[in-house]
Amino acid sequence: MSVAESLTAARPRSSRAVAFLVFAIAIALIAATPFLPNYYIRVIDSLLIYILLGIGLNIVIGYTGLLDLGFVAFYAVGAYSYALLASPQLDLHLPFLLILVVAACLGAITGILLGIPVLRLRGDYLAIVTLGFGEIVRIIINNVDWLTGGPKGIARLDKASILGIQIARPVDFFWLLLVVVLLAGLLARRLERSILGKAWAAIREDQDAARGIGINTTNAKLAAFATSATIGSIAGAIFGASQRFVSPESFTLQESVLIVLMIVVGGIGNILGIVAGAAILILLPEVLREFAEWRILFLGLLMIFLIIVRPAGIVPRSFGPDKLIRRLFGK
Amino acid sequence: MGNLIQQTVNALTIGSIYALIALGYTMVYGVLRMINFAHGEMFMLGAYVAFLILSMLVGDVGMAGAIALTVAFVVAVFLVGFIGVGIERVAYKPLRNSTRLAPMLSSLGVSLSLVTGMQILAGPQPVAFPSFFPVVRYEVLGGTITSMQIGILVAAFVLMFGLHFLVNRSRIGIIVRAVSESRPTAQLLGINVNGAISMVFFVGPLLGAAGGILYASYYGIMSPTMGAVIGLKAFTAAILGGIGSIPGAMLGAFILAFVEVGGTALLPVITHGVLGTEYRDVLTFAILILVLLVRPAGILGEAVSEESIVYKREF
Repeated sequence: MSVAESLTAARPRSSRAVAFLVFAIAIALIAATPFLPNYYIRVIDSLLIYILLGIGLNIVIGYTGLLDLGFVAFYAVGAYSYALLASPQLDLHLPFLLILVVAACLGAITGILLGIPVLRLRGDYLAIVTLGFGEIVRIIINNVDWLTGGPKGIARLDKASILGIQIARPVDFFWLLLVVVLLAGLLARRLERSILGKAWAAIREDQDAARGIGINTTNAKLAAFATSATIGSIAGAIFGASQRFVSPESFTLQESVLIVLMIVVGGIGNILGIVAGAAILILLPEVLREFAEWRILFLGLLMIFLIIVRPAGIVPRSFGPDKLIRRLFGK
Repeated sequence: MGNLIQQTVNALTIGSIYALIALGYTMVYGVLRMINFAHGEMFMLGAYVAFLILSMLVGDVGMAGAIALTVAFVVAVFLVGFIGVGIERVAYKPLRNSTRLAPMLSSLGVSLSLVTGMQILAGPQPVAFPSFFPVVRYEVLGGTITSMQIGILVAAFVLMFGLHFLVNRSRIGIIVRAVSESRPTAQLLGINVNGAISMVFFVGPLLGAAGGILYASYYGIMSPTMGAVIGLKAFTAAILGGIGSIPGAMLGAFILAFVEVGGTALLPVITHGVLGTEYRDVLTFAILILVLLVRPAGILGEAVSEESIVYKREF
């Protein structure tokens, strides 16, 4: 055992207890959810969708260090894929799983479409171009009435079903989303530790040095955009299926900003942080619902406060899920 | 011919309003290398504060419309200037030494707070901004120009010349320019960096608020969310001209306004009605993206290489 290892291993048992407690609470919450009234399950569903979005966006922002303010465009692509392929709008009623695959592909394609032109940009400029991209997608959706129904949106979407099992109640979506979020989280974690993930980290830390040691920054960035867009688009398709109605109102710039803030407030580059950020920014307004618009004012002020007092996020990177698992199983 | 003159006048009016707002973005970026997403809200605040003062002056004091408008204009822009300085102290100053992302996100928080704050105070629906004096129309070469448009052009140009004088001729301007050149060096030379930054956050919101008042009186309407889209357009203008460059911001604003006015008129004609006027904003963002791809430094911005941008960034 090296000195460093003995130092980290010497941390008291209490941290393992904390990890165990977190784990136990998570299991208990999941087990209790199906017994809650529908309203609460719906809130939890939307929380899970935002966590999924956070996991997707985090690949570009957290892992690769590229500030993307147009993420909501991919969410819209997914939602409109479902709305168009499973509704009377085009009179196509494709099965849910097939649409998920189509949405994922469309997401990847739009991700690359955005990625190619912005490859040369970084930092602020990248943020602005992605922001413009998100707005363009929204304005187009808002105006191509014959296809998307314009501002009125598309209603009467089909009920989703997987292999004959109907997914319509909030609790069905809860299980579906739980599985998808876990899969996406696992994928993100595997990717982060893969060769590609290390290339992303290198780009994030110093792009020129990364290029210098032979990393193909072009491909790595495109891969980041494509993966992130795919996850965002899948989240959109599930969102469409659960709402059974889509309209451009759900895909505003504010939504993109909310997801970015969720990641930053929670702890950038860290899946546990995304969960914490989503819990604060999505659940809190819901809890404060009776205070109507005051809650958004409060949210804005809270955001400023959190960025000032905890610039590294509520759950900083140093306290990631890996550490939690390591503490739990004592490795 | 008359139509052309008419469109030119309209584009000049809109362009000068964009220019006033774009100047705020460019000054903050020039000094702090930060995109102030809350700047569009200064525009909105200006309109609302002026409206409040105006209705007090005209209603309670019984002042004549044109004089009341002038007084309200001056008081409101100064008030919003001070609000801008206050916001910088609270939300951006504590973040001056953190990552570049932090103040940007903080400004998003400020923007959200101001918009919802105004929605709570004044209601979310658009409010009519009454014109306080009769608008006179003048015929010029077949087109018409209103007294309102003349007022807007005069006010905007006075403010822009004022800014030009302030930045290039005054002592304060020298300090601000020194800080924008290099903050550490300015500090070493004993320059009051905080003072310079406060100055920028006073002048920027002041000009933004002026733009807001002119915009609201031109269109006769204002809403708590009006800052978002116009803010983005002014921001596009700042980028187009070269962010950090004051003449660039003005040039960008006028180019954007001409493209918009022209595009709105021409788009349905060129595409045979497939793309209507509702695509005007797409045009704006398409320009933004094209400029950033072809010439990220903008028209009048210094042509810096990618490496020197990173170097300047002081991570």
